[in-house]
Amino acid sequence: MTAAVDKFKPGDRVKIKFEDRPGHIRTPWYIRGKTGWVERVYGEFLNPESLAFGHDGLPKKTLYLIAFNQSDVWGESATKQDKVLVDIYEHWLEPVA
Amino acid sequence: MSDLTSDAHGHEHPKHELSDHAKRIYAIRDLLIEKGVITEKDIQCQIDYQEARSPANGAKLVARAWVDPAFKARFIADPKAACAELGIDATALNEFVVLENTEKVRHMVVCTLCSCYPRPILGRPPDWYKSFNYRQRAVVDPRGVMREFGFDPPDNVEVRVHDSTADIRYLVLPLRPKGTQGWSEDDLAKLVTRDSMIGVMNALSSLPE
Repeated sequence: MTAAVDKFKPGDRVKIKFEDRPGHIRTPWYIRGKTGWVERVYGEFLNPESLAFGHDGLPKKTLYLIAFNQSDVWGESATKQDKVLVDIYEHWLEPVA
Repeated sequence: MSDLTSDAHGHEHPKHELSDHAKRIYAIRDLLIEKGVITEKDIQCQIDYQEARSPANGAKLVARAWVDPAFKARFIADPKAACAELGIDATALNEFVVLENTEKVRHMVVCTLCSCYPRPILGRPPDWYKSFNYRQRAVVDPRGVMREFGFDPPDNVEVRVHDSTADIRYLVLPLRPKGTQGWSEDDLAKLVTRDSMIGVMNALSSLPE
């Protein structure tokens, strides 16, 4: 773990950036623009968006487990207590006040 | 039914033409061998390795966790080290995370982007795991998917769907079925289905026929 340099810590509220660009993006569409919170910090990994094109994957990116209420993703029809949790790299996250 | 169909002109033709994808794979394979990049033996070894990994690995881990609380704690804290204890090679996994089910929380795993799956622990994923249908509905309607597998999560249960989009591979540690006190580890392992470790259903409550 690299807690000293990680931008976010467990419990922090975060919004997933709504970006549309080509490439080997590991952030699913349905979660872009949605707000959740950091559940766990997994540490640093080589960046798959770089590795997929034969590059070195550097600089490494911190990977987080981000939790979302199902109702915040799919609307009120979703079961209130259920969650969806997605692994997201740091450069896709922005802080929520 | 035979795989071959008889034509009127006296000999048999394969019923199915190879798909374009299959033809391409065979062409690439032949080229790699011809140019000496890999050998036929390499391919056979890799096939044997892929086929040797099966849900039996996961079942062994889960059964041990059910009977040995200290092992369970280690399995959750450091899953790869716990695999090594049982002689299961999990080194091919980048990161391995165990999700423990409780009476109040049920986990389910999907990869909406492709088919990420803890292969060293569970072998090759079932076709349905890779289907668009499962990948879409697992995140939108996890309770509906669980019901189709025979488990209807009560209202007081929280369902947590993990979309394994990146470097982490997830395994669900299912609840130990009631009424199995005193069972041997080997018999317990027979209750641990592949699907219970993906999280779409519970472990079996009695030994399969």
